[in-house]
Amino acid sequence: MTDDDIKALVLRELGKIAPEVNPDEIDPGLDLREQVDLDSMDILNLAIAIHQATGIDIPEADYPQMVSLDGCVAYLRSRIKQASAS
Amino acid sequence: MPALGADMEAGTILQWLVKPGDVVKRGDIIAVVDTEKATIEVEVFQSGVIQSIVVPEGEKVPIGTVLALIRTDGEALPPPEVKPPLAAAPPRVAPAPPIVVPAPPRPAAPPRIEKPPPKAPGRLHVSPLAMRVAMELGVDLSTVEGTGPDGAITKSDVERAAKAPPAAAPPVEAPKAPPPPKPPMAPADRQAAMRKVIAAAMARSKREIPHYYLGTNIDMSRAMAWLQAENLKRPVTERLLYSVLLLKAVARAVHDVPEMNGFWVDGAFKLSEAVHAGVAISLRQGGLIAPAIHDVDKKSLDEIMAALRDLVKRVRAGVLRSSEIADATITVTSLGEQGVEIVFGIIYPPQVALVGFGKITERPWAANGMVGARPIVMASLAADHRASDGHCGGLFLAAIDRLLQEPEKL
Repeated sequence: MTDDDIKALVLRELGKIAPEVNPDEIDPGLDLREQVDLDSMDILNLAIAIHQATGIDIPEADYPQMVSLDGCVAYLRSRIKQASAS
Repeated sequence: MPALGADMEAGTILQWLVKPGDVVKRGDIIAVVDTEKATIEVEVFQSGVIQSIVVPEGEKVPIGTVLALIRTDGEALPPPEVKPPLAAAPPRVAPAPPIVVPAPPRPAAPPRIEKPPPKAPGRLHVSPLAMRVAMELGVDLSTVEGTGPDGAITKSDVERAAKAPPAAAPPVEAPKAPPPPKPPMAPADRQAAMRKVIAAAMARSKREIPHYYLGTNIDMSRAMAWLQAENLKRPVTERLLYSVLLLKAVARAVHDVPEMNGFWVDGAFKLSEAVHAGVAISLRQGGLIAPAIHDVDKKSLDEIMAALRDLVKRVRAGVLRSSEIADATITVTSLGEQGVEIVFGIIYPPQVALVGFGKITERPWAANGMVGARPIVMASLAADHRASDGHCGGLFLAAIDRLLQEPEKL
């Protein structure tokens, strides 16, 4: 999975949660919760969708690393690398 | 037409999911109704056999109007008479003139009792999302071929049907019932209408209900530590949100202080045995709806979580069930997600109490002569002073606090 694939995945799932948001307007460096108005149920649904697409189970303790779109990509990249190394 | 919420005056039949002769059980979804707030799946109150449909699809009628006639089980056995049998519930409003819809003739043949009742009476296999999209695109679901599990109609099936030229799907029976599917309410209209409904309900609340307000800080360290440990053991698909603990604590606290749970009707408080917690859910496009999770006090945390997730999904898709809209006995709102610390709620009439939770914040907290940092939530209560007094409300908040100190017992 490339960074672009990961980004596309996250944006696709965000689109399902918040259909009114234009993905082009999301600033990848800023807090997604504020930009897209996500609540804890939305974040859980995003984590579940990512889990279903990639098999990666994101522990709650790691949520802070995934606050921005860039953060999501970096975090998932490292988790995917870990998973393929082990 | 059931009253789906305190201020609903009328509803539009979008779709009938049953036809004359169908066997229905109490709780079956028999019709889809459009209201200002949402698309509602109407559950039938009475088991029996559908005798006739009185209000056709597309028609808007006031609440209390007879929508259909149902023969009760006892009446279903003798052969149908020529005259319509006793209606299950005597019509409160003069029934509409005889229906001229050509399609379903009254079952003239004697009932064949050996024949098993139709399975899943009339329930269309269609996802709420697909239903919503169909309404937005004006697609008649009866012409859509489902490709989902068990032939369920999915969103993409609907979109495909919408793109197909109209001639592509000729109706099977030539004389299709005349009223075309009611065009859905446009999102902007729905929003304006919802604003009006909220305005009416809230104005009525503030006009009629003498609110009193109480608040207390609750130490959430035990609850949060328990939740964190619990979630660590669970796969992501089975994790709990802290709002589930709050909901359960409120529902259980009602057992201690039943004066908070029920309705103010006809100048008196009517206590409810069942605890149906209305959960305030804000809609992304603006507006608010507070459908009920039934029997929260009796559900496990996992069951509440599943119900909450299902409810949020359906609220967002705009499809709810009549019982969820009509019968909440107390409301819980959690505005902490938006960062506020205190909620001063407005009661949803005819309920008598609303519990609000703010954001969980880390605060200096003194206990046993020591000051430490603890996650604290402000729980507030807006209650109807006609139904209860401040002392009672105080006991209620104290009970919620006590229950949250033993999360493992929730």
